[in-house]
Amino acid sequence: MIDNNKYINKYNFAFIDEATKKEIRRKLLKAVAIPGYQVPYSSPEMPISRGWGTGGLHVTLAIIGKDDVFKIIDQGSDASVNACNLRDFVHTMTNVRTTFDTAEATLIQTRHRITEEALLPHQIYIYQVPQPEPLRSVERYENKTRQMHAEGDYAKMFVSLYESIVLHGAVMHGADYPVMVNDRYIMAPSPIPKWDVPNLNHSKALHLFGAGREKRLYAVPPFTKVAPLEFIDVKFDIENFSGKKCYKTSSNKAFLDELIYDDGSKNYVINDSNYLDKLMENETPQQHTNPYINKIAL
Amino acid sequence: MKILEVSGLSKTFNLHILHNKKIEALKNIDFSMEEGEIIGLTGKSGSGKSSLMKCIYRTYLASTGTILYHSDKGKKDLVQASDHEMIELRKTEITYCSQFLSVIPRVTAIDVVCENLFRVEKNKEIARAKAREILAYLGLAEELWDAFPATFSGGEQQRINLARAVLGNPKFLLIDEPTASLDAKTKEAVIRLILNLKKQGSSVICISHDDYTIDQLVDRNIEMQNGTIVSIQSNPKKENS
Amino acid sequence: MIRNDDNWLLRVRNLTKIYGAYNEQTVARTGPEFNSNICPDNGSIVACADINFDLYPGEVLGIVGESGSGKSTIVKLLYFDLEKTNGEAFLKPYENDTLNILDESNQKKKFIRNNLMGMVYQNPRDGLNFNFSSGGNIGEKLIMSGNMHVGNIRNRATELLSKTEVPVQRLDDLPAFFSGGMQQRVQISKAIANNPPLLFLDEVTTGLDVSVQAKVLDLIREMQQELGIAMIVVSHDLSVIRMLTDRTMVMKNGRIVESGLTDQILQDPQHEYAQLLVSSLL
Repeated sequence: MIDNNKYINKYNFAFIDEATKKEIRRKLLKAVAIPGYQVPYSSPEMPISRGWGTGGLHVTLAIIGKDDVFKIIDQGSDASVNACNLRDFVHTMTNVRTTFDTAEATLIQTRHRITEEALLPHQIYIYQVPQPEPLRSVERYENKTRQMHAEGDYAKMFVSLYESIVLHGAVMHGADYPVMVNDRYIMAPSPIPKWDVPNLNHSKALHLFGAGREKRLYAVPPFTKVAPLEFIDVKFDIENFSGKKCYKTSSNKAFLDELIYDDGSKNYVINDSNYLDKLMENETPQQHTNPYINKIAL
Repeated sequence: MKILEVSGLSKTFNLHILHNKKIEALKNIDFSMEEGEIIGLTGKSGSGKSSLMKCIYRTYLASTGTILYHSDKGKKDLVQASDHEMIELRKTEITYCSQFLSVIPRVTAIDVVCENLFRVEKNKEIARAKAREILAYLGLAEELWDAFPATFSGGEQQRINLARAVLGNPKFLLIDEPTASLDAKTKEAVIRLILNLKKQGSSVICISHDDYTIDQLVDRNIEMQNGTIVSIQSNPKKENS
Repeated sequence: MIRNDDNWLLRVRNLTKIYGAYNEQTVARTGPEFNSNICPDNGSIVACADINFDLYPGEVLGIVGESGSGKSTIVKLLYFDLEKTNGEAFLKPYENDTLNILDESNQKKKFIRNNLMGMVYQNPRDGLNFNFSSGGNIGEKLIMSGNMHVGNIRNRATELLSKTEVPVQRLDDLPAFFSGGMQQRVQISKAIANNPPLLFLDEVTTGLDVSVQAKVLDLIREMQQELGIAMIVVSHDLSVIRMLTDRTMVMKNGRIVESGLTDQILQDPQHEYAQLLVSSLL
């Protein structure tokens, strides 16, 4: 019989043992050093199954300290099942303070959104990534995609955008729009909407991406160029909410959710719950300087 | 000035697939030729006239001997010249008009004639205009110009072949039976065409079985038998004229 | 005008491809004189050995031989589809610019493959990406060479398709829905998209029915005349060789047994195997 006495007395701070944390941190340093490059890592076992946010959790638990203030959102919401349970888990394992307030948090884990409120230099933003390989849709073999990245051979990716433009009149990547990081690597920004993609460009915060199931880490360091892929004559654009507005705040300068009622009628509401709350309380949280918002007629 | 000097030329076919059977087609051929000269090759069928001509054009590889050709770019031994040099010479200086028309199918008569000219003349219509001129001179019916020559009669194919060889005034011309299967009037036109080329400085070697053509055309006549040259004679009629 | 002999476009020296282990004996004990390309010592397969030739700008070179004689291997080595065992190949796309292509870096090879060469395979699936439309396939080559303008890509693709007589309204259709002859035409469009000085044709008409074959060959011949592109034509079909090429190399058991002007090979073949091949034609 094998004695499992690793956790016999109590759990280690932040659940993961220190040696594994060190490994993840080292891989994170490499990821930061090569913006957009996917670093393979150990992806140790967690008490949740892979594909449910383990990648983000690994990163969070590897870098969290006792003085950190932790916030987690799931598609903009602080109160969804995924967010609540992961927040509880992190709190139980570390006893750090958790918050809903974006401005207060130092560590923000997210699934599929960037907060509407602008990020600050001391904040670290952590993404749960389902598919870290942006080229997977055009090349199914891992050895080939790695070679394509190594040689900067991205023609196929652009051809797939071309095909989309030709067939549908626009690039049909609603989320996970491929971006070029630091003029070198094409990166999957995790399934954030196009609305959020420009906020990665020259962001003040550090962005870390963890894909637990696929065992990859990558990063966008602060003040790094992140450019969505586009053609000279067909440019990248964000979602256009003109003619629609949030039924609570009458604003449409934030990413809107569509609510469909039982009678078939529709309404719109701001997706980021913390941002919505702040607007409702007549605060004026500072938004990202997203140049695309001013371009579209709102 | 000489244009061609053939010395010690012989050609033996070694047929591996027929138990190494050997056929001697040419034996020790020696002759030379001045620039602007027309030389006739006569002799019975199988005497080696066409083989000699094909050796000069490199369709046959000579077994021994040299064929010294004085091109615009200097002397070249056509036996030893590289494939590339030979291709360049064929494109620019030496043309060959065979007995039989072997053309690419599905190309119209006019484009067959222009084929070599298309390589230098990018404007196809200018090239075609020149081809039309020659075809009209040779009396080829106008409705055939845009048809495929594979189905033409012997005489019609012959004229297309000739037109193709003379277009662009080549420096050196090899013609196999230019006047066979042509009527008297067309024959006359062909002879005039070749003489006209000579006036413009071309040198011509011409095979013919037709005494009239030889008499009218050649400056000197080489008679062949069993792969050797039996006599080289000046044409008395030409000397008189 | 006779070009200088050093004005070649492609120079191949001692090109060798061996599958399996090899020593001097492997090459010495295989070849046409042994009627085998399998080394009796260690069972290695000599796909091609000691291949030497020069190709000049605008020239069309044919490679003919039976299946397994190594003719496709040569073009696949030159197009980087296979890795050489030995030998060198030089490409001189511009005056005073010689590339030792088989020893270049992968990126440089990709550049050469994309801008200086084109390839048309026997099977369109090798040359075309069947998940992309015909326009996208052509676009891939244009994008690789830095054309990032959708409108320009479409214009160029339309121009190429009409040149190769593919109906222009099929621009946005997937090549999977095309006939075999049309797929070959799209492949040809893709191969010449960047106006390369050199084009490889690997058994392009094999498997097409006769009338379609004729049309594809006509197209290739017209294109060659118009663009003055140098080509290497691989075929087991002597009539294809006769129609397209200036020069021909005859291959057997991975070696070149004879090379010469195409009409000379057809009318006065020297080597035993070349004579057999030509006699089989008639």
